[in-house]
Amino acid sequence: MSSSVPPSTSAISTEANAEEPQRDSSFLRYISTKLGGAALSLVMVVILGFFLFRILPGDPVAAIARERQMTPEQVQLLRESYGLDKSLGEQFIDYIVNVFTLNFGESYVYSQSVSSLIADYFWPTVLLTGTAAILAIILGLWLGTRAGWKRNSRFDKFVSSSSLVFWSVPTFWLALILLMIFGGTLRWFPTGGMVSLDAPSDPLGYSLDVISHMVLPVITMTAVIYAQYLMVMRSSIIEEATADYATTARAKGLKEDQILNKHVVPNALLPTVTLVFMHIGGLIAGAVTVEAVFSWPGLGKLTFEAITGPDLPLLQGTFVVFSAIIIVMNFLADLIYRRLDPRVRRA
Amino acid sequence: MSASTQTPKRSPGSVTWARRRNAVAQFWREFVQHRAGLTGLIFLIAIGLIAALAPIIAPSHLLDVTQLLDQPKFAPPSLEHPLGTDHQGRQLWVRMVWGAQVSLMVGVAATLMSMLIGTLVGIAAGHFTGWVGGLLMRIIDFFLVLPSLILAIVLSAVLSRGVLTIIIAIGVTSWAGTARVVRSQTLTVESRDYIARARALGAGHWHIIIKHLLPGVMPLVLANTTLTVGAAIIAESTLSFLGLGDATQQSWGTILKNAMDISAATSGYWWYVVIPGLAIVLVVLAFTLMGRAVESILNPTLRSR
Repeated sequence: MSSSVPPSTSAISTEANAEEPQRDSSFLRYISTKLGGAALSLVMVVILGFFLFRILPGDPVAAIARERQMTPEQVQLLRESYGLDKSLGEQFIDYIVNVFTLNFGESYVYSQSVSSLIADYFWPTVLLTGTAAILAIILGLWLGTRAGWKRNSRFDKFVSSSSLVFWSVPTFWLALILLMIFGGTLRWFPTGGMVSLDAPSDPLGYSLDVISHMVLPVITMTAVIYAQYLMVMRSSIIEEATADYATTARAKGLKEDQILNKHVVPNALLPTVTLVFMHIGGLIAGAVTVEAVFSWPGLGKLTFEAITGPDLPLLQGTFVVFSAIIIVMNFLADLIYRRLDPRVRRA
Repeated sequence: MSASTQTPKRSPGSVTWARRRNAVAQFWREFVQHRAGLTGLIFLIAIGLIAALAPIIAPSHLLDVTQLLDQPKFAPPSLEHPLGTDHQGRQLWVRMVWGAQVSLMVGVAATLMSMLIGTLVGIAAGHFTGWVGGLLMRIIDFFLVLPSLILAIVLSAVLSRGVLTIIIAIGVTSWAGTARVVRSQTLTVESRDYIARARALGAGHWHIIIKHLLPGVMPLVLANTTLTVGAAIIAESTLSFLGLGDATQQSWGTILKNAMDISAATSGYWWYVVIPGLAIVLVVLAFTLMGRAVESILNPTLRSR
């Protein structure tokens, strides 16, 4: 699934005017405000993680017991092993202590500690989403710049409408289609996993094997996200291209290429970069279905297995970790924005 | 410049409604000019009709597996089986017709819920100054940052399975974007003179919100709604695909989940994978085209683009 923000052309104008300028705040104050906000969000995630899994009408133990045959004694034992026989206050304190010591309990499906599972599955997700993000950013910004600069040209119309179509495509379906064509029919790429069983042990052969497994999931994720970046970059190029400084540059006799590369692009990058970082959340969420379809051993597949289990400790762990990654990414976006935009730096 | 003093026979209320009727008529005239938006609308009306008439077009006994034992499984599309059959011998087109019902219903219901929460929280965050507004803004930011799909997954995993759970899971996780847009629009409306005038005349919070702020943000909410339905339909199909939907209900996402479970993609059963996904893409595209048309009419600064 794409991020919940539709490819609206007014995305920038509506989001920009929310904050009032703070006059005399220094860099340190800016950082501490943003850091405080991020820390508060983390605390809220941790608290939400507790209440979601305990207070909602769906009793977690009942949810597990529903899916399989269990005697009342077994249910009681399970209840104790999760600490559910204690009072809510005690449970909450236990939970907070556990979160700070990175102890999310035992996975029901894997019979392994959740934190060690997450540690094992963390880097494959970073590899996959990182590669897809870099490709999507390059492709989206480049195509968006060209489309916005030559607005209403045939190239613009083609690129804009194709990105609208890609935005309407469910990520998992694109994954299934690619799997069907290139994995099933043509047999160009492996249909799942990260490494073949008979992968060569030398570094080069091993890397090539991993890359061949990466091709389809990376194409899927890139195709779904680049469209958003393209739309944002395109509309911000259009906005900047009609700004006064661009007219001045033209009057000075600069070539069109110089105006674009030296003046328009740096300004248009500003809102785009922030949005790119803000949309990392959607990117990581997309990993859940892509990893499920291609059985890529990452956090997304772990989440998928936690759902089918159902394996609530594991789901709780991946929920907290996913949310933490996204909050950190947003904090970075704020820092980068300040670095890029002199107006925020001065303020 | 109040209109009621110039035309004494009409009450202020009727003047307001006459103005709104005019605005709607004007909006419709402009909407009809948008070819893409109109195409989307016509397509959606057709799909909506098919979904509403599902029991007549495709009687439910066609889905009863026990009555289909003599039917071929995995039959490719042919004259006899227009869209092919699935792993239990059910006709795919029958499942698609019933799936349209669930997919559209969940998409629209989840969007309405999301719009309701988003509008209320957004107006309150913009209208109330001080700690209430600050706290609401924090909450909006928090939900904006949180990955809505992950939260929706967790919600539908801990609540009991069913269509209602999916609607709630999408509705309570996708409102933050709307709330943010509504908040900034509220701030704009709030700075207008007529709000100060109403306040000076002794209007309370409730009066200002209902009579002045709500009409002021409504066009924006409307444009947002059409765009959000598409996202909600994708979210529904994703949750169903992950196995969080009601397995007894037909939805396009559930059909794709069945296809994945029997590895239709690598076994050559292409129709089983291609057709439900294509339906989702077309419906979401139709909502997006419509939403962009609405947005470009209501937001004149976008018109030149």
